[in-house]
Amino acid sequence: MFAFLLRRVLQTVPIILAVALLIFVLFSVIPGTFASSLGDDGRNVMDAQVIERINRQLGLGDPLHVRFGNYVLQLASFDLGTSFRTRQPVTAVLAARMWPTLQLCFAAMVIAIVLGVPLGFVAALKPGSLIDTLSMVGAVSGLSLPKFWLGLLLMYLFALKLGWLPSFGYGDGGLRYIVLPAVALGVAPLALLARTTRAAVLEILNADFVRTARSKGMSERQVVHWHLARNALVIVLTTVGLQFGSVIGQAVIVEKLFAWPGLGSLLVDSVSLRDIPVVQGSILVIVLFFLFVNTLVDVLCALIDPRIKYS
Amino acid sequence: MRKTIIIAAAFMLGATGSQAQTPRKGGTIRYTAAYGSSFSGMDIHTTPRAQDEIWARAIHRSLYNWDSAANKPVLELASAVTVSDGGLAHTFKLRDDAFFHHGRKLTADDVIFTFTRLMDGSKAYPGARFVRLIKGAVEVEKGQAQAISGLRKIDDSTLEMTLTEKVDPGYYFMTAGTSIYPADEAVKDSFATKPIGLGPFKFVEHVPGSRFVAERWEKFYKPGKPYADKVVIAIMGEAAARDVAFRNKEIDAAILGPAQYVAYQADPNLSKGLLEVAEVFTRHMGMNPSFKPFADKRVRQAINHAIDTDLIIRRLVRGKAFRATGWLPISSPAYDKDLKPYAYDPEKAKKLLAEAGFAQGFEFEWTASANESWGVPIVEAVIPMLEKVGVKVKIKPVEATVLAEVIRKGDYQAYIYSVNSGPDPQAALKCFHSATPASACNYTTFKNAEVDKLLDEAGAMDDPAKKIANLKKVDAIIYEEAPVWFFNYNKAVMAYQPWLKGLQPNATELAFQDYESLWVDESSPAAK
Repeated sequence: MFAFLLRRVLQTVPIILAVALLIFVLFSVIPGTFASSLGDDGRNVMDAQVIERINRQLGLGDPLHVRFGNYVLQLASFDLGTSFRTRQPVTAVLAARMWPTLQLCFAAMVIAIVLGVPLGFVAALKPGSLIDTLSMVGAVSGLSLPKFWLGLLLMYLFALKLGWLPSFGYGDGGLRYIVLPAVALGVAPLALLARTTRAAVLEILNADFVRTARSKGMSERQVVHWHLARNALVIVLTTVGLQFGSVIGQAVIVEKLFAWPGLGSLLVDSVSLRDIPVVQGSILVIVLFFLFVNTLVDVLCALIDPRIKYS
Repeated sequence: MRKTIIIAAAFMLGATGSQAQTPRKGGTIRYTAAYGSSFSGMDIHTTPRAQDEIWARAIHRSLYNWDSAANKPVLELASAVTVSDGGLAHTFKLRDDAFFHHGRKLTADDVIFTFTRLMDGSKAYPGARFVRLIKGAVEVEKGQAQAISGLRKIDDSTLEMTLTEKVDPGYYFMTAGTSIYPADEAVKDSFATKPIGLGPFKFVEHVPGSRFVAERWEKFYKPGKPYADKVVIAIMGEAAARDVAFRNKEIDAAILGPAQYVAYQADPNLSKGLLEVAEVFTRHMGMNPSFKPFADKRVRQAINHAIDTDLIIRRLVRGKAFRATGWLPISSPAYDKDLKPYAYDPEKAKKLLAEAGFAQGFEFEWTASANESWGVPIVEAVIPMLEKVGVKVKIKPVEATVLAEVIRKGDYQAYIYSVNSGPDPQAALKCFHSATPASACNYTTFKNAEVDKLLDEAGAMDDPAKKIANLKKVDAIIYEEAPVWFFNYNKAVMAYQPWLKGLQPNATELAFQDYESLWVDESSPAAK
């Protein structure tokens, strides 16, 4: 296991380098700079002298390879640079946004797991039943709903019409503020988890070892507990891992809509303002989080299923 | 006439709305910042963005401020100014009752420190473009001098400022980008996250991407103000989310986009709380004279005649704009109400094109951002109109950031943009002086000897009325020369709750409010 973990950690190095190179090249070739973005609303005349000085100050006048070399050296010392916009260290900028995003993603995934997995299980155990049909119609709908639209609907219903919850903001970080954005973000993974769980359970239900267990006289409860759940859990966990990683990326829309102060809204603003160090930092953090969650899932799968060996 | 009524109504609201009732003390103003999903930071000198000025006006103050009722800049941190040396030397008597939030009184040293800081060439502060007006400021920027020679402290509360041009310094030193910082505190690292200013509210907290909170500064220099105990500014970039929050009474005011404007006008309750102002922004299509067809004035005029501008304003911009009849907007002191817009006349457009040698038409590339009020949707509506007169258009969609760069570099055949055309008419029209480079603001590389002469004369005039008369003539020539398609002036609209009082119809940017004048009555959910 230790060798596996070490290998996974080492694998992240080329991945991080490749991502860093990709973002770096992308933002070097697309037009527009941070300085030019300062006047993009037509309110301010950004004179050429100031633009040139800002570009020079930010090191944007250096050749591409020099800038990339400097960036990699910075990365090697765990320095993500300084935000063009706030003139604060990128790590500090990201740190302020990390926790709200993690809160939101955890809440969304909790909703997805708590509702999606049992729903998929029940649907699979009673295939063709009303509950199966309803849950699968719900799952398909959940996957199809645009988050922005769903978010607005939730705001309209639970904030405006029923008055139960606030429509926007982070507030004091309390539960009532996170409910609507978490539901808006959690519906798609919920639907996917329900479908995946149903498919996994159905497949296992038809497996030889389940038939053997039943023929040996095991009760249905024992079959579900000892054979179905453990085997299905590996597939469910893998899906959870993949979804966990991707909800961080999907949080962009939800965070913007609900004025949630997370990484997603920071990333959108930073892209449009060409705050390259923050964009690079945000994407690297998202990639690292994705890798971390998936490594964790691999480890958990190995613990659950003794057939899985990481040597 | 309708325009005049709307503006007059807006000014009446601002001027008298808060006086009709006795302002109530206490409560929280729940304001919104609508131009993005975050603030740049808490050092307002580093950013020229409107989004950041929204919070800065709670904390900071500049030498001047914009008086929305009078529609002109007025002294803010000085109680008097005397002008000498042919209009170049300004001696300011600073207020003796202005205190920074850490308790120290404002002195001339703070003003000198602030302006010197802004001219630090290595930092490239956007506000430097205003301070360059002061004699010797450019030398500091270039590192050739340590102090701005045009700034002289006479005593702690008296400051002499010598300018390089005969202009009203009020237009230059009223924005948050020139906010006066406390010299002793601004050098500390903590200042970038915990700002200290002279404004009506003192900093409490900034949750990046979420909100900004400030509380009443008891030693604010305007007697009895601020009225509210607290200001909470929620960062809400999404119009649809603002709409729900406003209807749900979670916020006191919200800037509206065209779609919401129509809906709010149609609602009998919401329509009672709309503040409309003709802002100082001119939306236009710039035509590059280095592209052969656009070098001919007749072609540019033909474009103006070929487009049914009123129809686009009515149908696409949903009436949330005023038809442009020149470069200077309605709220400009030099706006000429006698100027009539180019009539929609495709036949005349065809005739002008034929006279210019383009009877068969031509094709051009039109660079546009995605903006709903002055971007691709507008271009798409114009395309069939231009096709009727034989002019074909190819859209080149770009991001707003890219558009700004493309325009400055002159790397376009035509562009559509919204540009600040006030409040200072002299500064706005100077963008059409041939000595102004495209990289500054002469985006269409306009060149006209008569305009140059009139602008130079206006710059040397002491009599404001004569100056205005000259500037009107300049605007009329620009209109006739048609370097742009004169589209519209922005009509900014703010929805406000019935309990919020004291809003000011700020033509420079409606979202900029002097929070000290705002108050909420007992019916506000945040009245306590």
